[in-house]
Amino acid sequence: MSLRVQSLNIYYPMQKQHMFAKETYMHAVKDLSFSVETGQTLGIVGESGCGKSSVARALLGLQPHLTGEIWWHQHALHDCSDQQWMPLRRDIQMIFQDPLASLDPRFTIEQCIQEPLNALYPELTQIQKQHRVEKMMQRVGLSPELKHRYPHEFSGGQCQRVGIARALIVEPKLLICDEPVSALDVLIQAQIIQLLKELQQALNLTMIFISHDLNVIGQISNQIMVMYLGRLMEWADKTTLQTQAKHPYTQALWNAIPNPFQPQRKTCTLLYGEIPSILTPPSGCVFHTRCPYVMPQCKISPPSYVSLSSTQKTACYLITQDK
Amino acid sequence: MRGLIRVFGMDHMSNLRNSSTAWQRFKKHKAALFSLYLLGVLITAVLVLPEFSPHTYETTDWGAIFSAPTWNNGHWFGTDELGRDVFVRTLIGGRVSILVALLASTVSVVIGVSYGALAGFIGGRVDQWMMRWVDILYSLPFMFFAILLMTFFGRHLSLLFIAIGAISWLDMSRIVRGQTLSLKHKEFIEAARVCGVRTPQIIWRHIVPNTLGIVAIYTTLTIPSVILTESFLSFLGLGVQEPLTSWGVLINQGAQNMSVAWWTLIFPAVFLISTLYCCHFIGDGLRDAFDPKDNASC
Amino acid sequence: MLKVSDLSIAYTHQEHTLRAVDQLSFELQAGETLGIVGESGSGKSQTLLALLGLLRKNAQIQGEIVFQGKALLQQTEKQWQQIRGKEISMIFQDPMTALNPYLTIGTQLIEVLQHHEQLSYAAAKARTLDMLDQVQIATPKTRLTQYPHECSGGMRQRIMIAMALLCKPTLLLADEPTTALDVTIAAQIIALLKELQRQHQMAIIFVSHNLGVVAQLCQKVHVMYQGKVLEQAKTSELFKHPQHAYTKRLLAALYREDR
Repeated sequence: MSLRVQSLNIYYPMQKQHMFAKETYMHAVKDLSFSVETGQTLGIVGESGCGKSSVARALLGLQPHLTGEIWWHQHALHDCSDQQWMPLRRDIQMIFQDPLASLDPRFTIEQCIQEPLNALYPELTQIQKQHRVEKMMQRVGLSPELKHRYPHEFSGGQCQRVGIARALIVEPKLLICDEPVSALDVLIQAQIIQLLKELQQALNLTMIFISHDLNVIGQISNQIMVMYLGRLMEWADKTTLQTQAKHPYTQALWNAIPNPFQPQRKTCTLLYGEIPSILTPPSGCVFHTRCPYVMPQCKISPPSYVSLSSTQKTACYLITQDK
Repeated sequence: MRGLIRVFGMDHMSNLRNSSTAWQRFKKHKAALFSLYLLGVLITAVLVLPEFSPHTYETTDWGAIFSAPTWNNGHWFGTDELGRDVFVRTLIGGRVSILVALLASTVSVVIGVSYGALAGFIGGRVDQWMMRWVDILYSLPFMFFAILLMTFFGRHLSLLFIAIGAISWLDMSRIVRGQTLSLKHKEFIEAARVCGVRTPQIIWRHIVPNTLGIVAIYTTLTIPSVILTESFLSFLGLGVQEPLTSWGVLINQGAQNMSVAWWTLIFPAVFLISTLYCCHFIGDGLRDAFDPKDNASC
Repeated sequence: MLKVSDLSIAYTHQEHTLRAVDQLSFELQAGETLGIVGESGSGKSQTLLALLGLLRKNAQIQGEIVFQGKALLQQTEKQWQQIRGKEISMIFQDPMTALNPYLTIGTQLIEVLQHHEQLSYAAAKARTLDMLDQVQIATPKTRLTQYPHECSGGMRQRIMIAMALLCKPTLLLADEPTTALDVTIAAQIIALLKELQRQHQMAIIFVSHNLGVVAQLCQKVHVMYQGKVLEQAKTSELFKHPQHAYTKRLLAALYREDR
């Protein structure tokens, strides 16, 4: 078990009415627990407001307001000071959603990729760093001759390769991918996912892959976690989730994917209503406002997690009822 | 249909990358390019030309008081009420005015950028208090402060820089703070954090270079206001000491003698106005050159 | 009803010429849906803009577009103002930027009716409420007084659809209307569009980079790449027997295990 998260809660401070008002917080992620084995990929899927990006940032120490525990091997990530994070940054890296926005427009590609080496491996000489940068560029499919160009001269897919090169140049053990292909065209998405799969194999990376697209998650993950409004709805390994999803939200997500091979979708499996605001989450089970199988107890208190097997966990009154 | 918003289709041109640099875009702005050359000519003139004149800025030519501009006796711009050569005095005055402008602008950029970037990046309470301090300084009467400084420490040129610089950094800090606030949340700053770059490095290597566009534009707009402030102080008699002069002093004296000797007013005024116009057009050109729409297209 | 013949749109910048659309031809009858699929830079959005006369001034357009007997490429701006919103309408990808953030939703919708059909305020308001009902918005009266930023993404998209359909257009252009939405909300919008098309019998041209979405809604599909149409077929034919290699690659990228 290389990464273990226990009862994670993430808060965001809300805008204060005036300078001396009391701090109030929005509860973005509630009671989240999961774990990832070395060399495996955990996919986190959910729609807007589900908190998946907050979880990613918490794993990188970018969330100041959180409670709960995050363990990376023997390191307590939830408790690290900025100083203690420095050596850990060699182990944990991230790829961002918007490939162009994640690169400083005033840095050349070489400077972008070299930046982590400058910060985390200052003992290396300039020649050694340049050599590593060139090797990494080749590895992600970019010609080293392009290293003096600027990000705006590249396409989205190429910029994302630069982002991947930058993340992997320090040889991390855990890679967090925050919707890395959402901003890319379909065919480029397939290329980038293929690249990530190859690199994961070669470097034995542990990965956390975040997306709103179940198709994409299904291509790359071993286990998948479904989140909604900051809560975990279902966690299962890939095959189980694809064939035996138990939670109504997971089922709805699968049904919502437009399938060109089955164009006539049953309308009764569509969810109605809007996603509630994270500022005013519904009482009880947060999904009850849109659930097609809502029962009275769903509105009163949230269901507790039930392990259906060693590879599946969910929280729904339908399941506890059946049991 | 009035309600239908036009789609600005720039994103559809993604295949046609605009690879021109900021300098090439600047060159397209003809007025800005011309102003840049003219400013260069002006600066060279004030530095070099006084050496070619047979007169100095302080010697009095008793035989030619208030003489009109003429070619033969070397008083190409005429003389003033003390017989001093207006040509050389205009150029020397130019040295002082431009020097004050450049130094005060440098002070304003250095302090303003550091203060603004720090306040914007740190955020929270620190940012609030730093900006409240700026608000307090804004509310202080500048003239009062300048007069106080001059009265206590005498009318030295360096004090002029300090007085003007001390006020002009306030605007710059606000502008840079605003830019920093919007840059702070960009993904590349987060990426820098994840890469292990420390906060001072992030501010210095990422935030400040990305504000330079707006800083450059604003500086070219600050320079005219600094020159005018210095002129105003000189007008009030708080500027440079005689016999050293500046454009403000010359214009003050020229205005008094306008009916008798128009050349004592017109020549310094033309130089001052040309410099101000050049700065404005260069600022305009820089704004077009650093247009974020063009920078962001991919 | 709509006939596009050999439409070509080109742009010249310095010495380069970019062909955004190259020899595009198709026909559309009333009540039909056409899907245009392609990645960015394929020219699909440029086609829609040409159909609305919203291309930039420096666009070099060749070819012919005939809509209900009118030659669209020869229309003056004044004639276009009668066509846009009334006979041909469009819904955009990002509803937040397509709606005016400073006007209430009611003002924006009623303004359309008042401009095109010269209705009184009361009559326009009644029609607007009816339309909001048709797009399945829960409390239409409250929505009229709200601003766009107070509504969620799905709600805004419904409002934009309502705005586009207010004057009962013959042709509806949809430029990736579901791309910016969450998956479950996008599914609702697609079902809504299907229902509205059935009710109003209008023709729809639906542009997307997602073949799956197009399959839900369209009878005919064109696959575009860098301005050229690589394949055009009936939807069912295209998915069963894709001919072009590019179409096959697009379909393969839609990996999904059969459930």
